[in-house]
Amino acid sequence: MLALFLRDIRLSIRAGGGALTGVIFFLAVIATIPFGVGPDLKLLSRIGPAILWIGALLSCLLGLDRLFQADREDGSLDLLVLGNDRHMLALTVLVKCLAHWAGSVLPLVVAAPLLGLFMNMEPLAIGATALTLLVGTPAITFIGAAGAAVAVALPRGGLLISVLVLPLTIPVLIFGVSASYGATANPDPFLQPFLILAALTLFLAVLGPVSAALALRHGTD
Amino acid sequence: MRLIAENLGGERGGESVFSGIGFALDQGQALVVTGPNGAGKSTLLRIIAGLLPKAEGGLLLEGGGEAFPSIASACHYLGHQNAMKTALSVAENLRFWREFDGSGDVGVEEALETVGLGGIGHLPFGYLSTGQRRRAAIAKLLVSHRPLWLLDEPTAGLDKASEARFAGLMRRHLGDGGIVVAATHLPLGIEGAKALRMGEAG
Repeated sequence: MLALFLRDIRLSIRAGGGALTGVIFFLAVIATIPFGVGPDLKLLSRIGPAILWIGALLSCLLGLDRLFQADREDGSLDLLVLGNDRHMLALTVLVKCLAHWAGSVLPLVVAAPLLGLFMNMEPLAIGATALTLLVGTPAITFIGAAGAAVAVALPRGGLLISVLVLPLTIPVLIFGVSASYGATANPDPFLQPFLILAALTLFLAVLGPVSAALALRHGTD
Repeated sequence: MRLIAENLGGERGGESVFSGIGFALDQGQALVVTGPNGAGKSTLLRIIAGLLPKAEGGLLLEGGGEAFPSIASACHYLGHQNAMKTALSVAENLRFWREFDGSGDVGVEEALETVGLGGIGHLPFGYLSTGQRRRAAIAKLLVSHRPLWLLDEPTAGLDKASEARFAGLMRRHLGDGGIVVAATHLPLGIEGAKALRMGEAG
């Protein structure tokens, strides 16, 4: 299992991997917002956490279609499915999700504080947003794995995955953003939405890989 | 160990491709599946591996013991694709499959020597020619032990010398008590192999 994790991390770093694509897309989205919204610094800092979250969410969805498709194209997926007796397929999917998160999504979380400066956010708001992203983005990957497994056989499944997955990520977005606001806006709570966000991630860490494994088992042809 | 198929039928997209296939293979026996394109050779292999549901009939692996409770856990499946990542080196690819599938007696370097790819383990898999890629995929069969080999056109892209070397590897596997099921157009050079001819032409 560690071998699978390391292999997927290596693949995301080497040429053709998705590690940089997401970060650059994230940068592009956030950098254009101030030009579109205008030079109202107060407005920018107010919408900052929400924009960072939406940008990170869209960047997460960008690389998801390759999660299983690359393995399917070179035949590895068949062997991962066949290994079900040694390594439960749901566990294999979970490890692939974790590797995908560490390889492609963690760079987004790391880049988020820097991009927060573009949005004129206070240090506390930047810290809170980065923390909620760190806790919340794995949930997006886990839901995305289920979508990627359903669309694995489709040649251009990327858009379909986004359409399938986006409605399911809305709760994650809502609680992520409200926790980020809770850290700065005084009467709003921080801890409650943050704990619900953590619970969502844990819940989807089970549900996502199990449903993805089910879809993969029945998707081999 | 004994692999038994009874009255096996397969379908693709709701249409029956073959039916009534039956065979029994003991340890040390090989089955060579031949037939025209579209006769269902690959479908048969994928059904045996459990990657496709069977339309009818039964499949059974007897005497696998605790180590190999099912056919899927007892088999190496070598399909049309080589299941190797082009961005990783040959040795990295093999080392991954060796760790994921469970280590065998043969190391990565030794397996590469055996298939005649000694000394190029550090090259990215993407730099290799078609025949070399196939040989690296064959080395994957060696690095972790499985008694049952399911081979789909295993010699596609191999030259004469590599074909002969691969025939030797299969004979050694059979000699060690393994089972081989191979779909092919070309003679594989295994003496005493059972033959199964699929399709109406046969």
